[in-house]
Amino acid sequence: MGVMIKTVRAGIFSFAAGVSLLVVAAPCAHAAGMPQLDFKNPLVTGQVIWGAFIFLVFYLVLSRVMLPRVGRVLEDRSARISGDLEVARAAKHDADNAVAELQHARKTAMAEAKANLQKALDDEKRNTEAKIQEIKERLAAEIAEAESKVAAEKQRAFAALTDIAVETTQELVSRVTGVRPAPALVATKVENVVAERVA
Amino acid sequence: MAGGSSIDVLGQFELHSVFGGLGDALHFSQSPVYMMLAVVLVLAFLYFGMRPAAVVPGRFQAAAEVCYEFIRNMAIDTIGPEGASFFPFIFTLFFFILAGNYLGLLPFSYTFTSHIAVTFALAMMVFVLTVVVSLKVQGIRFFAHFMPAGASLALAPLLIPIEILSFLSRPVSLSIRLFANMVAGHVMFEIFASFVIMLAGFGVVGDVFAIGPIAINVALVALELLVGVLQAYVFAILTCIYLREAVAH
Repeated sequence: MGVMIKTVRAGIFSFAAGVSLLVVAAPCAHAAGMPQLDFKNPLVTGQVIWGAFIFLVFYLVLSRVMLPRVGRVLEDRSARISGDLEVARAAKHDADNAVAELQHARKTAMAEAKANLQKALDDEKRNTEAKIQEIKERLAAEIAEAESKVAAEKQRAFAALTDIAVETTQELVSRVTGVRPAPALVATKVENVVAERVA
Repeated sequence: MAGGSSIDVLGQFELHSVFGGLGDALHFSQSPVYMMLAVVLVLAFLYFGMRPAAVVPGRFQAAAEVCYEFIRNMAIDTIGPEGASFFPFIFTLFFFILAGNYLGLLPFSYTFTSHIAVTFALAMMVFVLTVVVSLKVQGIRFFAHFMPAGASLALAPLLIPIEILSFLSRPVSLSIRLFANMVAGHVMFEIFASFVIMLAGFGVVGDVFAIGPIAINVALVALELLVGVLQAYVFAILTCIYLREAVAH
């Protein structure tokens, strides 16, 4: 590309130089030479002075007013873009934090609920066990009481049975023999018989 | 511009004083008028382009911003971090030359960059600036550049004059490059345009053949649009390169 442009430029230049030489040499060309090289013409040097002044004004306006204005717009834009990016990044950070907090809270709540449930179940179990134990004890006590009552009743009945047996025996003996045996003797006999039976 | 059958290609570069006697007294020709026009156009482009100062730019503002960023990047990429302080100067230089080159492409207009006095003045301004900056930044070490590092001392009598000569020829090459490109382009315009008028003298056949030079001139406008921006760019980038050498420690 560079070589091509250079070639084109060289071509143009040599062509122009050739044409210029021809024209300068041509008898009918009324210019004695290039007007650009006519340095005796005050206009040629005058444009340099004017050009310097205009260039200076151009430079001052550009460097003091115009270019800073363009630069400010570009800076504002990049500042705004980076600011927006910053805000977005902060928002994402906040959102991430919120999600993490939420997950943490959920985990904690789940663990707490599980613990509560377990505790309730344990309590219930303990209560039930205690009640069952209590009922068992009461029943056992009642059973024991009833048994002791039955035993006492039995004792009493047995004791009464002996008396009845002694009286019956006395009555029988007196009916049969007409003699009323001594109660102590009858009692001893009956007790012996009972003892034999039981044995 | 074509007087009779002769071709006056250089008449277009002649200066005429404008505004009558006042212009005569102040040596004010059409050249400063076009310089002012160029400056006003560039400033108006920037002013109206940047007036919305929108965060999301429109086409006009985007164009102004592209110009700003193009020159700024060129200055900073080429010169280095110090380029930011030279950026307004490079911008002024580039757009002064570009506007001058492009204004000259309008019919009946004048190209102030086709005058060696103007381009040499611009080149000398760059040259003096680089010398001043070099002396300010590097001090006396600036003169060490005229002896390339690593070269044997025996070659010094040969190398130092060559280096000094190449350094001094910078403003010459810088100014002649721009001047010659502009002159060449406008001379060719004039020649082919004159061919059209000459051919018009040959009746219908001439009218038909005149299409050729017109087509060439249309193509030349396209070429000159390229040359105009290219020469402004070359002038600006060479200034950047000279300034980089000046600020290098």
